[in-house]
Amino acid sequence: MKETKNQMKNNWKILSPFHPQFDMVRCDYENGCKICVHECSFGEISLTPIKDKRGEVVYRPGANLTACNACQRCVKMCPQNAIHIVSQPMHTSHSYWTPYHVNNIWRQARHEGGVLLVGTGATGPQKRYFDYMMFDACQVTNPSIDPLREPMEIRRYLGTKPDSYGGKMGPQLELEVPIMFGAMSFGAVNLRVHKAAARATQAVGTYWNTGEGGFHKELRKYGKNTIVQVASGRFGVNESYLKSAAAVEIKIGQGAKPGIGGHLPGEKVSEAVSKTRMIPLGSDALSPAPHHDIYSIEDLRQLIFAIKEATEYTVPVSVKISAVNNVAPIASGIARAGADIITIDGFRGGSGATPLQIRQNTGIPIELAISAADRRLTEEGIRNTVSIVASGGFQTSSDILKAICLGADAVYVGTPVLIALGCNACQRCFTGKCAYGITTNKPELAERIDVDEATQALKNLLHAWGEEIKELMGSMGISAIEALRGNRDRLRGVGLNEEELKILGIKHAGA
Amino acid sequence: MARRYTAAIRQITKENKQVLDMCGIVGIINTDRKLIDGSYIREAIRIQRDRGNGLGGGFAVYGAYPENKNKYAFHIMYEGDRHNPVIPMVEDFLRNKTKIYQAEQIPVYPNDRIPLGPYFKRYFLKPIADFFYPDETEEDYIVRLVMAINKMEGAFVISSGKNLGVFKGVGYPEDIADYFGIEDYKGYMWVAHNRFPTNTPGWWGGAHPFTILDKAVVHNGEITSYGTNMRWLEMYGYYCLLQTDTEVITYIYDKLSRKDNLSKADACYVMAPSLWEEIDRTNNEKMKYLRQIYGSAIVNGPFGIVLTHTDGAIILNDRNKLRPVVCARTGNTYYSSSEECSIRLLSPEVDEIWSPRGGEPVIVDLAEEVAA
Repeated sequence: MKETKNQMKNNWKILSPFHPQFDMVRCDYENGCKICVHECSFGEISLTPIKDKRGEVVYRPGANLTACNACQRCVKMCPQNAIHIVSQPMHTSHSYWTPYHVNNIWRQARHEGGVLLVGTGATGPQKRYFDYMMFDACQVTNPSIDPLREPMEIRRYLGTKPDSYGGKMGPQLELEVPIMFGAMSFGAVNLRVHKAAARATQAVGTYWNTGEGGFHKELRKYGKNTIVQVASGRFGVNESYLKSAAAVEIKIGQGAKPGIGGHLPGEKVSEAVSKTRMIPLGSDALSPAPHHDIYSIEDLRQLIFAIKEATEYTVPVSVKISAVNNVAPIASGIARAGADIITIDGFRGGSGATPLQIRQNTGIPIELAISAADRRLTEEGIRNTVSIVASGGFQTSSDILKAICLGADAVYVGTPVLIALGCNACQRCFTGKCAYGITTNKPELAERIDVDEATQALKNLLHAWGEEIKELMGSMGISAIEALRGNRDRLRGVGLNEEELKILGIKHAGA
Repeated sequence: MARRYTAAIRQITKENKQVLDMCGIVGIINTDRKLIDGSYIREAIRIQRDRGNGLGGGFAVYGAYPENKNKYAFHIMYEGDRHNPVIPMVEDFLRNKTKIYQAEQIPVYPNDRIPLGPYFKRYFLKPIADFFYPDETEEDYIVRLVMAINKMEGAFVISSGKNLGVFKGVGYPEDIADYFGIEDYKGYMWVAHNRFPTNTPGWWGGAHPFTILDKAVVHNGEITSYGTNMRWLEMYGYYCLLQTDTEVITYIYDKLSRKDNLSKADACYVMAPSLWEEIDRTNNEKMKYLRQIYGSAIVNGPFGIVLTHTDGAIILNDRNKLRPVVCARTGNTYYSSSEECSIRLLSPEVDEIWSPRGGEPVIVDLAEEVAA
């Protein structure tokens, strides 16, 4: 008796912040419909036997209250529209110890006993500077340009360019839209996502990044639109890998987890992933925090030139760093170390798996980092020798254009790509159970993505954002996007303090 | 009055505002280097009165100082009057860095329309080669001096070319012409500008033309690429202190043609390049290369400019042809103007008259100078 009581005591569950609610009048359980149970890959919904009016046993769906994070898959798939997700009624009335903190401590103390992992980018309350910057449009003294009637050019070239006519032009990437798909490794996302990204970028004329998980054999035919990554784990890196792509990126850091290496939980390491990454089946793929051959900028230079030698100087080499306070001198060092492209990833950048505390508390906003790096390189007179690619937290096409005004040549987007494929930002990519089939390698889940449809969705997104960028440029009286790079005069701050304006290099609105 | 006026200038220069213009321009270019006096261009710009609002007018004349044509003619504007303490500073600076052959006040004729202006002096000087940096050309050296003087509070170099004079100020251009007595100057190439500044009050330093060395620019337009162009120029030691669009165009052209040795046509191409679509279609590697390197030198937004240098002139429109420019030729004299009326006034019968297409430069080269 005593024992049972204790067991009861220890078995209370940690409630998830959301749970599905079923409208039993609409629910078709009596006829054996259990779509929601199959669709929920997190095990939140299970069937409970009940007796119906005729006394027969039927199975009714019910919430377990343990796993739901409001990805809305069940809601969207229910043919009877019988489900909606509700947020858990108040866990505690304490305004300081919110359910978020309480739950996290419970999870660590009672379940995992380890570092809390999350997926996607930071959720903190830090200021989103994009929202405090407005474009300056043209009126009377300067006609705006109508993108429907006048040519509007958004093509970009990335790579080292000489200072003046006659100098040697480095290898260039040609982007028809100033947007590339950011690094998401095979393993973190599945092959179908990679395939859709590759096809869409090939169709539109831009690039996608393989991330650090190797480059699947089946996709090598899309190499001309692919950037391959060399990260500290060196997964899948060999000579043919380096030579298979249009550019090589050395990943030093990532905005979602500055200072630490990539995480791929063993749950996601399937056979294809293990072959492409060249690691054992089911083993955790944890990249070291630093590259074990890069402990200084000189070492980085050696790696850059090792890659350039391996690729015979035919492709640009990019170096990706996460946005940190010292970003300007680091960028200058990288430029002088011989990189063709510098990618700077802001703290809002996404991730398949990142320690919660790192994600929420390290790095700096991309807006400030881009401005600082661009200014430093210009002051040193070496801005032509590198292109700057910004990434981390772009939500709209206007964010992208604002980043370009602050000095970026082009941007990477990652989370928007996944959202275009159905992602709801439920932050559980690391579980490998993605209900939309994106960040999972389980075949039964992965097949929820149709590659053709996904390709079309990504093409649509690139096209739509390209058109919006043209509209914005027209309103500013700019017909070539080159004339907007670093053009801070086209931006005005609203509600920013003097220090922020100084770092961004913009004036306050009305000034 | 003098004090108020000086304070106004200070305020504008300190606020670092970008001056925007929509204006009238006229250029007269005689390819045989035949000299004409300033009364013609005064009339030609006068009838475009509607295109200005009395807040700025200016003239540039090539061939103004034949007796000093091998020396750099520095026109320097000092805020306030001849007691401005910056004057001895600038003159000490110039004496240390150059050999000054002649220094004089620029004669002015105050009238009821322009009763007062800043203090103008001109210096004929040659640089001292000992002070050049290694690998620095004479011209780079002069540019460095100009930038240094412009950074001094209250002094602005209005022009710094050989055999070139620039006269400009706040007022309608015909009044400025009378103020400086430009009928007394003769030249083979004249440009004039009538200004309609919109975003800031006009000030004497902000009037056109803008010059660096022998290059002068008059400009009608507003440049939306200013921020990009300015930052690019700063990488090569050009500081846009006057904060105007025209200054930016002048410096871009100087960087392209003098430092990078681009031909005139190529330099124009860089500022108003063809569309990528056209570059792809014609598969023109050079054009692609130029546009890739000089992306930050693209001049966007509406503009029509007349850019003059010792040996000729360039007339250029923006790619979308958002501002008017008309060109004409009568014998060996070329005309360019914002409006045809000015050309018809100077030369009722013309041999040719045309409107250049957007982004297509009209390049006029003068005949070789005959050695005296």
